[in-house]
Amino acid sequence: MYESTVLSTKKGAPGVVTEGLGKRYDDLWALRDLDLEVPAGAVLGLLGHNGAGKTTAIRILSTLARPTTGRAWVAGFDVSEHPREVRASLGLAGQYATVDGLMSARANLEMVGRLYHLPRAEAKRRADELLERLGLTEAADRLVRTFSGGMRRRLDLAASLVARPPVLFLDEPTTGLDPQSRNDLWDLLRELVAEGATLVLTTQYLEEADRLADGIVVLDRGRVAATGSPSELKARVGGERLEVTVGDTEHLAPAVSALGTFADGPSDADGLRVTIPVRAGTRLMEVARALDGAHVDVTDVHRREATLDDVFLTLTGADAASRKAA
Amino acid sequence: MITYVSDTLVFARRSLAHVRQIPEKLIDVTLQPLMFVLLFAYVFGGVIAIPDGSYREYLIGGILVQTIAFGIMGPANSMATDLTEGIVDRFRSLPTSPFAFLSGFMLAELAAATLAVAVMTVSGLIVGWRIESSLGSAVAGFGLLMLFAFAMLWLGTLLGLTARSPDAVMGIGFLVVFPLTFLSNAFVPAGGLPDGLQAIAEWNPISVMVAAVRTLFGNPTALPPGAAWPLAHPVPMALVWCGVILAIAVPAALWRFRARTTG
Repeated sequence: MYESTVLSTKKGAPGVVTEGLGKRYDDLWALRDLDLEVPAGAVLGLLGHNGAGKTTAIRILSTLARPTTGRAWVAGFDVSEHPREVRASLGLAGQYATVDGLMSARANLEMVGRLYHLPRAEAKRRADELLERLGLTEAADRLVRTFSGGMRRRLDLAASLVARPPVLFLDEPTTGLDPQSRNDLWDLLRELVAEGATLVLTTQYLEEADRLADGIVVLDRGRVAATGSPSELKARVGGERLEVTVGDTEHLAPAVSALGTFADGPSDADGLRVTIPVRAGTRLMEVARALDGAHVDVTDVHRREATLDDVFLTLTGADAASRKAA
Repeated sequence: MITYVSDTLVFARRSLAHVRQIPEKLIDVTLQPLMFVLLFAYVFGGVIAIPDGSYREYLIGGILVQTIAFGIMGPANSMATDLTEGIVDRFRSLPTSPFAFLSGFMLAELAAATLAVAVMTVSGLIVGWRIESSLGSAVAGFGLLMLFAFAMLWLGTLLGLTARSPDAVMGIGFLVVFPLTFLSNAFVPAGGLPDGLQAIAEWNPISVMVAAVRTLFGNPTALPPGAAWPLAHPVPMALVWCGVILAIAVPAALWRFRARTTG
């Protein structure tokens, strides 16, 4: 029986490995043929829409769900054969902050520490340490049900860090957070990685995966749509998009040709709007001049970061709108 | 094994922390039984005649069983709440047995049931109820009550694991337990009921349980002449009923628990 509080990784084992991992719920494959290899200390981003299979993958890796096919190892331990060792090696922060609303933040962390079989004094000390680190010291003795969404998230993350696990699974850690909280959380995650943690996080935001991950796996309806480093994916997808809205459909074609000099990929027209990937450093003023020179009736010009939809559009060639409807 | 016991205590302490935060959680095992004892003793005490004793001596056995039967609501509600809030996922990602969670939960709920029995015993003694049997018989009476509480706890846990939400639990619980306890001999002798209802009351397992408790405490049972066979042999039949409930509820609850907590 697992008695130790010292959490260790099997020597030299990668953080997370999966082979042909799949999960079927009734007739639906939520996840199929997932092969991963996340070296110890690396950060993997699982990128995808709702229902892409991200949460299913996290649930299998954290032993909450059993795989239908394939195998997975966390810190060198097989999730199906040695779930207890896997649980002792992982920290999980779920999509829905899984903390007890009827207890104080401190009591929550102490309880989790006790369930990791830390001695009482050690559990207390660790709870104080984490409350401090996540900026929750002042709220430590308040009931968690009075917490804001961001505070609950931070407490949930603190709970996942109690036993200093070598592998961390974070399911959409920043969904629903304001930009400031998001930045703070990113900083914290980078610190944890610098301390040697292996991190697997899911996100719907390309930007988040780009900021944090060494490798990205794009999931689409349970299957891997693309894999690569953020820079590889960005090279394929392009960084920024220009959205030009014209006054009349007749102006679509002239607009596309006028934008050609800035284009970094094929354009996509939808109604009165043209979306086109543009090269880094493109200036809006030059774009406006070019459109004006071609006598295009422009009602709006808008520059934005590439989104997950753009990733799918480029990587899978499928139309994001019809994909969402499906 | 040591970690299993200590984990169980951690989970039991969590339930106690909930009670500290929401003391109202204890109402159904403290004030509610007290209220029932006082209401029935003073409101109906003068109207309902018991052939072989006083109404207050008759009443307490019924209130004890009724309160314990309503005790399915507490655990059902707590379990349904834990499942909807996803906290069980947190526990399952920790290196602890999921069954430690279940046993800690049961331990705390059993403590609540014990408190309820104590409150009713003391308030019963205050309104004039007495245990008229031998010490051994009285101990057996309390033992039977705790066995019944244990069976109801498992039934409540099963309900909490089956219902879709905590609100649904309250609805279902009330709809089943309320008629079951009132269509019995808990508050009035079954012999005084109209024919159809009398048959229901005689075969109602709650009646058997109530009659068994009254028998063991040496209180009047006021059984109608020619009562249904189970009611005429209440103590062994009460044990059988508890056994049947446990034999169904325990495996079903464990199966639901596994199903609800493994994907």
